[in-house]
Amino acid sequence: MPGSALPPSSQDSPAETARPGISRRGFLKGAGITAASTALIEGVQSLRAETGTAAPPGVTELGPGPVPVHLHVNHAEHILNIEPRTTLAEALRIELGLTGSKIVCDRGVCSGCTVWLDKMPVNSCMTLAVDAVGHHVTTIEGLAPEGGVHPVQAAFVRHDAMQCGFCTPGMVMSCAALLEHNPHPTEHDVRQAVSGNLCRCGTYPKVFSATLDAAGERRA
Amino acid sequence: MSNRPIEDALLAQAGATVQKMAEMPVGVPGYTLHEERRKMPVTEPPVWPINKDLQYVGHTAPRYDGPEKASGRARYTSDVQLPGMLYAKFVNATVPHAKVLSVDTSAAEKYPGVRGVHVVQHVLGPAELRDPALDQGRYPVVRFAGQPIAAVAAITPAAAEEAAALVKVRYEKLAFVVDLDKAREPGAPPVFPGPADAEGSAGGGGGPTDVHQTGNIHGPSIHRVNDTAQGFKDADVVVEGHYVTQVQTHSALETHGVVADWKPGMLTVWASTQGTASVREELAGFFDLPMSQVRVITEFMGGGFGAKFGAGNPGVVAAALSKTTGAPVRLMLDRQEEHLSVGNRPSSDQNLRIGAKKDGTLTAIHLVSYGTAGCGTGAGCAGPATNLYQYASLHTEENDVFINAGPASAMRAPGHPQGDFALEQTIDELAVKLNMEPIDLRDRIDNHPVRRVERQIVRESALWKSRNPVAGADKGPVKRGVGLAQSVWYRFVRMNSSAEVRVHRDGSLEVLSAVQDIGSGIKTVLAQILAEQFGVPPSQIAVKVGDTNYPVGPDSGGSVTTLSLTPAVRDAAWQAAQKFLAEVAPALGTSPQDLVLADGEVRSRSGKMQPIGFRRAAAKMTTSQISAQARRVPDYDPSKYLTYGGVDVAEVEVDTELGRVHVRRVLSVHDCGRPMNPEQTISQINGGIIQGISYTLFEDRLLDPNYGLMVNPDLDLYKIAGAREIPQIDVRLVEAYIGQSSTDASGIGEAAGVVSIGAAVGNAVYNAVGVRVRRTPMTPAVVLAALRQGGTLA
Repeated sequence: MPGSALPPSSQDSPAETARPGISRRGFLKGAGITAASTALIEGVQSLRAETGTAAPPGVTELGPGPVPVHLHVNHAEHILNIEPRTTLAEALRIELGLTGSKIVCDRGVCSGCTVWLDKMPVNSCMTLAVDAVGHHVTTIEGLAPEGGVHPVQAAFVRHDAMQCGFCTPGMVMSCAALLEHNPHPTEHDVRQAVSGNLCRCGTYPKVFSATLDAAGERRA
Repeated sequence: MSNRPIEDALLAQAGATVQKMAEMPVGVPGYTLHEERRKMPVTEPPVWPINKDLQYVGHTAPRYDGPEKASGRARYTSDVQLPGMLYAKFVNATVPHAKVLSVDTSAAEKYPGVRGVHVVQHVLGPAELRDPALDQGRYPVVRFAGQPIAAVAAITPAAAEEAAALVKVRYEKLAFVVDLDKAREPGAPPVFPGPADAEGSAGGGGGPTDVHQTGNIHGPSIHRVNDTAQGFKDADVVVEGHYVTQVQTHSALETHGVVADWKPGMLTVWASTQGTASVREELAGFFDLPMSQVRVITEFMGGGFGAKFGAGNPGVVAAALSKTTGAPVRLMLDRQEEHLSVGNRPSSDQNLRIGAKKDGTLTAIHLVSYGTAGCGTGAGCAGPATNLYQYASLHTEENDVFINAGPASAMRAPGHPQGDFALEQTIDELAVKLNMEPIDLRDRIDNHPVRRVERQIVRESALWKSRNPVAGADKGPVKRGVGLAQSVWYRFVRMNSSAEVRVHRDGSLEVLSAVQDIGSGIKTVLAQILAEQFGVPPSQIAVKVGDTNYPVGPDSGGSVTTLSLTPAVRDAAWQAAQKFLAEVAPALGTSPQDLVLADGEVRSRSGKMQPIGFRRAAAKMTTSQISAQARRVPDYDPSKYLTYGGVDVAEVEVDTELGRVHVRRVLSVHDCGRPMNPEQTISQINGGIIQGISYTLFEDRLLDPNYGLMVNPDLDLYKIAGAREIPQIDVRLVEAYIGQSSTDASGIGEAAGVVSIGAAVGNAVYNAVGVRVRRTPMTPAVVLAALRQGGTLA
């Protein structure tokens, strides 16, 4: 939904390159003060407007209005017109309709929104969409090749490693990432890999067995 | 078996009671299996044998919607996006107790992107005053921080959130109380100006509505059996204890919420609910709409645990906003709102005294409990004391204490984890005092035939045999202990349980019911039932549930779904199969009575015809679709087998220096009538154990007494057990046939570990350290305090 409540800024420019490190807004978003951060950013900008100070040299300032953002998601390129404060989770779910990733805690403690940035699992609720620029984003929908099933997904079904299923996409992404980096995991490794994934139905034992089974299958 | 199933079905539905008698398997195979005669309507299908003699039911079938869930394709309410959909956000009270003087929405209304603002006129959830006139004022009185006051709908979530922040609420603050003990004191700030009551939901909970209220104390609700004064006189020994349990929040991963689409002539609502029927009923009632003009859809839902019944505040506010804006409105709570405003498990403060003879026979049980359900009721916890054991006398007094906090709602086995924590530790203490083995004592005081088998299984287990009967015997700072506890739950049959089964001419089969699958796997079970009846694999069955356009289904609370709905589904499947055979028999050159369905074929009993594939036979139908609908038939003998449960054993390690309790292993022995799908049942029991451990060791809703606010309304400071805290869990399912329905299933959600694991951990901790921890959560501070008090720690 590209519509924005805020007027576009004249300083808008496309975010086409990866922005290394933690951005100011990334920090503000990460600090969990979404509404306050908006007010703060606006405040800073109106202060700049009043005092005539510009952004420091070499720093591109985006927003607060929508800017075009190029995202590479599940082997497809997308250009989204979104506010720079938009999290990757929001961009995926609302803009791209990829609702497999779930927003549960919206503060990086439950991993329900886990996606991969270049095969590294991240909490998409704690990642700004602009920080995913230049990376390959893989979501649960794109984990397996088109029409296929990833071995971890198949093992989750075989082992009944789900109940309500709301944590399942995040669990699968964490476990599949583990196998990318460690083809011979122990149960301890699996527990570590999903230590940030919260499941309220209490399906953990089968998550462990399913992942170990999938690992064995991949090796076979 | 009747040859006239259709006519008989019509007769039965017309109220006629044509009955037949049949022998049914009853008891536990390998232990107590026998046959009992049951009277049942003549329309009932033939009695099923025990699971080992069935092909699909009672065996593990992969979860019906597993591939959708594992692939992210499963669409939950929070994933629903409709064209033109608005995002709504609540404005919530920031103070725990106040009169609202004014709500100024003008700035919010003017905010870019805002399409509608709604001011809440009636808050659903809190107890209602018996005399509503006592609450004067234009707006509902705020009784807890987080109470919804208004809501804003806008074209983006951000615009809704920002506009909601612009709504100005003026309060006249009132004195508040958020502490159970302070709320009980004379002169405590009253949460309500007069008596107030909250009834339970379809999932249970709620409190009595006919009790006295003194200040904030709503009760006592007294229950007596014989004379406990005499019972204690007759006792050789008396044990007593003071037990305290905390408030737990449900913390389902998908928050409460709906997407409401109000169109002329039809209100369609996608709801994250445990009861599509309950949501429809509440919306129809609230807006004075005919039930036929409200449709509720719940294809997938992300956890409820008892808190998700009815439309609630999100449902009615989203519907109202959709009506005024003419657009679909999505209103999903955020995590903080989920903790604050939509339910919790009440706390408890229990004084329990038990008298017994030297042989263990219980002469008296006396329980006085207080607990807070916030500004609701439902803190009663006498269920286990009342229903788990045989006793000569009983006296229970249950009190709800109002505080300025969000109202409780039913939570997985309402009242039972609390009550069991006290009861089963007290029984354990009695065993110590009588110098009896815990299982021997329970054999003496519990004659439930299935529990007896379950205790036998525990007695023979390696885990129980590894228990050192001497408490605190381990050397060193980390001590190991093993303890057990029993659970009890009840058989509730919901008659609003119907289903339709269709056979299509292409051989495809489908079952339709409004029932929702809340993660317990009812979709899979329905497929298995049709598979069993038609002799085809479950993978060939289409299951359509979670939509009130289908025949009404039970609200999923209190472990009712499987036991209520599956007999209706089997009856519908059987009737559809009979109709199908009657339909194709002429083309096959034989009579319907000569035909059977098995292994994907239609076969002749007499050999009149060669077996023919089911699909080929279906092609001979003269109509494109045959269907049968059935509703739940009452239990065959409602006087029998009213409870079920299990025995849970925990092995713990207690670090006596750090106060940390770690649960290493759990053995969980449970019954649920005929297990329909063992793997899914085990999943639920795993979940009950894990939720119960989380409750016992970690979870705690913390309220700041100075400001009346919850200080941990998130998922980091509200600590829930995670992957590293999960023990090895060994589940033993006990098939326990009871001869009650055409499927003979029971439920498992409540009894599954969550009731008894806390007490089992408590008893294991005692076994480890020789000191009883009578308070949850058993945090290091609580454990160290108990050790200090018990003299084990300097």
